[in-house]
Amino acid sequence: MTISHDPTLYLLTAATMLALSGLPGLFFRSPASGQRAAAFTAVIASLLGVFAIITLLEGTPGADWQIDWPLPFGPAIFSVDQLSTIFLLPLFLVTGCVSVYSLAYWPAREQPGARKLTLFLGLFAAAMVVVVLARSSVLFLMAWEVMALAAYFLLTTDMQSSEIQRASTVYLITTHTGTMALLVMFSLLRGATGTFAFPPAHTLSQAVPFATIIIVAALLGFGSKAGLMPLHFWLPGAHANAPSHVSAMMSGLMLKMGVYGILRTLSFFEALPVWLGWLLLLLGVWSAVNGIALATGQRDLKRLLAYSSIENIGIVFIGIGLALIGIQTRSPYLVVCGFSGAFIHIINHALFKSLLFMGSGVLIHGTGSREIDRMGGLARRMPLTSTLFLIGALAICGLPPLNGFVGELFLYIGAIMDGINSPLPLAALVAPILALVGGLAVITFVKLYGIIFLGSPRSDSASLCHEAPALMTGPMVVLAGSCLIAGMAPSLLVRLVTPVVESYGNVAKSVMQQVTSQVPVLPLTIANCMLIILGLGIGALYLWRLRKLPLAFGSTWVCGYPAPTPRMQYTGTSFSESMVNLLGSLVAPYRRKPAMDGVILPQKARFIYEVSETVLDQVLTPIFLWIGSAFSYIRRLQHGQLHIYMLYIFITLFVLMLWSH
Amino acid sequence: MTDIIIHCLVALLIPPLLLGVIAKTKAAFAGRVGAPYLQPYYDLYKLLRKGSVFSETTTWVFRAGPIVTLAATLIAALLVPLGRHASPISFSGDMILFAYLFGLSRFFTTIAALDTGSSFEGMGAAREVTFSCLTEPTLFFALITLARMSKSLNLSTILTHPSPTAWLADGASMLLLAAALFITLLAENSRIPFDDPNTHLELTMIHEVMVLDHSGPAFGIILYGAALKLFVLGAVFINVALPIATGNALADWGIFIVAMLGLAMTIGVVESVMARLRLVRIPQLLVGATILSAFAMLLVLR
Repeated sequence: MTISHDPTLYLLTAATMLALSGLPGLFFRSPASGQRAAAFTAVIASLLGVFAIITLLEGTPGADWQIDWPLPFGPAIFSVDQLSTIFLLPLFLVTGCVSVYSLAYWPAREQPGARKLTLFLGLFAAAMVVVVLARSSVLFLMAWEVMALAAYFLLTTDMQSSEIQRASTVYLITTHTGTMALLVMFSLLRGATGTFAFPPAHTLSQAVPFATIIIVAALLGFGSKAGLMPLHFWLPGAHANAPSHVSAMMSGLMLKMGVYGILRTLSFFEALPVWLGWLLLLLGVWSAVNGIALATGQRDLKRLLAYSSIENIGIVFIGIGLALIGIQTRSPYLVVCGFSGAFIHIINHALFKSLLFMGSGVLIHGTGSREIDRMGGLARRMPLTSTLFLIGALAICGLPPLNGFVGELFLYIGAIMDGINSPLPLAALVAPILALVGGLAVITFVKLYGIIFLGSPRSDSASLCHEAPALMTGPMVVLAGSCLIAGMAPSLLVRLVTPVVESYGNVAKSVMQQVTSQVPVLPLTIANCMLIILGLGIGALYLWRLRKLPLAFGSTWVCGYPAPTPRMQYTGTSFSESMVNLLGSLVAPYRRKPAMDGVILPQKARFIYEVSETVLDQVLTPIFLWIGSAFSYIRRLQHGQLHIYMLYIFITLFVLMLWSH
Repeated sequence: MTDIIIHCLVALLIPPLLLGVIAKTKAAFAGRVGAPYLQPYYDLYKLLRKGSVFSETTTWVFRAGPIVTLAATLIAALLVPLGRHASPISFSGDMILFAYLFGLSRFFTTIAALDTGSSFEGMGAAREVTFSCLTEPTLFFALITLARMSKSLNLSTILTHPSPTAWLADGASMLLLAAALFITLLAENSRIPFDDPNTHLELTMIHEVMVLDHSGPAFGIILYGAALKLFVLGAVFINVALPIATGNALADWGIFIVAMLGLAMTIGVVESVMARLRLVRIPQLLVGATILSAFAMLLVLR
């Protein structure tokens, strides 16, 4: 082991730098210089992390690090493998961008709580790095909890509004329920293997006791973090109410930790039960369709993006499900296309969703509102942001020539090859479902982009908006540029995931090559270039004609009506209304229409339209309220008298001692 | 090489003629003489020499909309095989790019419409994205069915595979596919019974209302792009519905052009004898088409 060139060491150093980045700021007199120091450290750490990953991809393996600590749960083991790189690369890229962005988005000079925010932002990123590197269960759980709690403290930066209080409480309860499931899972794993260290890949027989419970607990614990339906209910509130750059990290990165957890757990097993692939596929389809259906109806900019994250996690799980089905049915094309599609989409989603959340931060900064229907006409006022947002919107719809298309392309090809080869091509049904999801995504993002940036401003605050400072747009340019490059040259993405698919899916190199030759990677680059050249060519011709011909400017043609006002424009709610009606009970918005009967000149009335969160509002909240009232008598134990509390501890210890003898 | 040149020429030059044939057919049904067959070409020429009026609310998005739409449709025209000949650009998996190029053009058409801030255009854009969302699964069911028949992921192969023998073997499936594709063709191109391309200020409009504010060369580009889209989706339909191959390259091209003109006539007849559907009925018909193509897939599984 050469210490001088060890990617694991670089990664651990980067994690330490990130974790400590906010610490100096606590001692500086001016919070602003602390924030700058933290951002600088985070960028250096990110560059180091990206360098480590490039070293890894070039073939230098990372060493295993074992630290014998005095805890009774075995040593702490750090290691990095192919699967880790998929998650680490976007993690460092986005973290670097976010820390620069936060300098202008949450300037310490003006905003309260910047010290706390900076401290936990670094800790949050570092914990995620450690989650991906940890190879022993106690270390993993500790990093997991630091990540979850840091996210909670980031979410509660501004505790004033009751909405944030509710969202953060729901998040805290959910994440701890999830951790409870993980405790069950890791305890059973310890029972099966006899050690706290993670078992090596594909070594655990399916016959170990409680194998099914281990898998189900992992699905519950990690699935709720990933936002897989029906465990997604915490996500929209938390993502919508966190500061925007925190939402970018939560949505772009933290959700992926749930995906990572599931993938890592599944890799322990030699063989997986048959139902698992189908279950993951169904959950993925449910999340994708229902997630985007709920996104379509939203009026809140960030809630819309949050629901679309559920959709994208659904697409990732569709890929994983296809791959697991492929392993069962021995169809290499499903394994390769499923895993490749899922891994590529994990990277892509981190890029464009962070971009969009950062863009939403710029909008909130400018207009002071998250309500889509109060914006409008911002493209004229913030030309750069609007262009970057458009790139993100096109990418998230999976449209060529951007990166979102690449991941979906793999899934489509896997599904259609199943349609060709399999006697009963059930997995092929994924293709029309993905097409439907894609169509709904176009509705959602045309609405989001069109209503926010185009037309004329619907409120005063929107009309007074201005372009964001370079510290905010700069990181967005980096992310948008990555989306464009990855879309134009998909071979980069494919090269990134190929070794991971080979090692994780146990696929031979020849099989991998044979299947990926069916996926048009190089032709796609050529077609994308042709598309851009044609577009530029037609555009040049058009501009040439425009210059030669007379031009006139006027107001929009509204069929002869002389005095249109901005309020007469189509709103986002009306834009999506016909689709929301067609989707029926999938969305089921709450409407209260004003009564307008019997009066010639109707009085003022209120119209209420809300897309509610069914699982949370109608299932969980009533259950929790009932539990709360049923167990209220236990609260008598909590009375604030310290000496009685000490007595409790003493009695408990005494009883435990008696019991153990 | 000759085939590639003919492909490009046919794809570039024929589309406006289809609009002329449709108009002539409708005129014949209405007992009028009608505009000459070449009228759309005159219109395009006229529009390219006209000045433009721009709304002051619009941005570069409004100008880019027609351009991106045409560019995406042109690439799609290079992917689809015409007249039983492989297309100039053809690779495994190109059918997915084909479908998504229409998504890209739709995205830009609709945001260009929203850029004007007019509620009419917003309405048109909302309908366009809603109805296209429902046609998308139909196309993919059809593609899977055709891919399974021809064991290929290549648009050129799967669309030149249907033949009279395939029709005899899988007649029911092919018939359902043809019906589903014809409905998709009418819906995607905003023809009756989904939309009436002749009226301009009715509230049930989809495509025409989205382009109300475009003028001059931009409107010419839109008109041409719409004709090209009709041509491309029409070619997909003709490849499935009339799979006649003589073996002689030139004869095949001739048959293809005649078949396309016949298709334009058929559309003209449909538009003359049918009324436009009520807006609430349109989704039902579109979902019906999806189910037809799903049936087609079911039938080839046997």
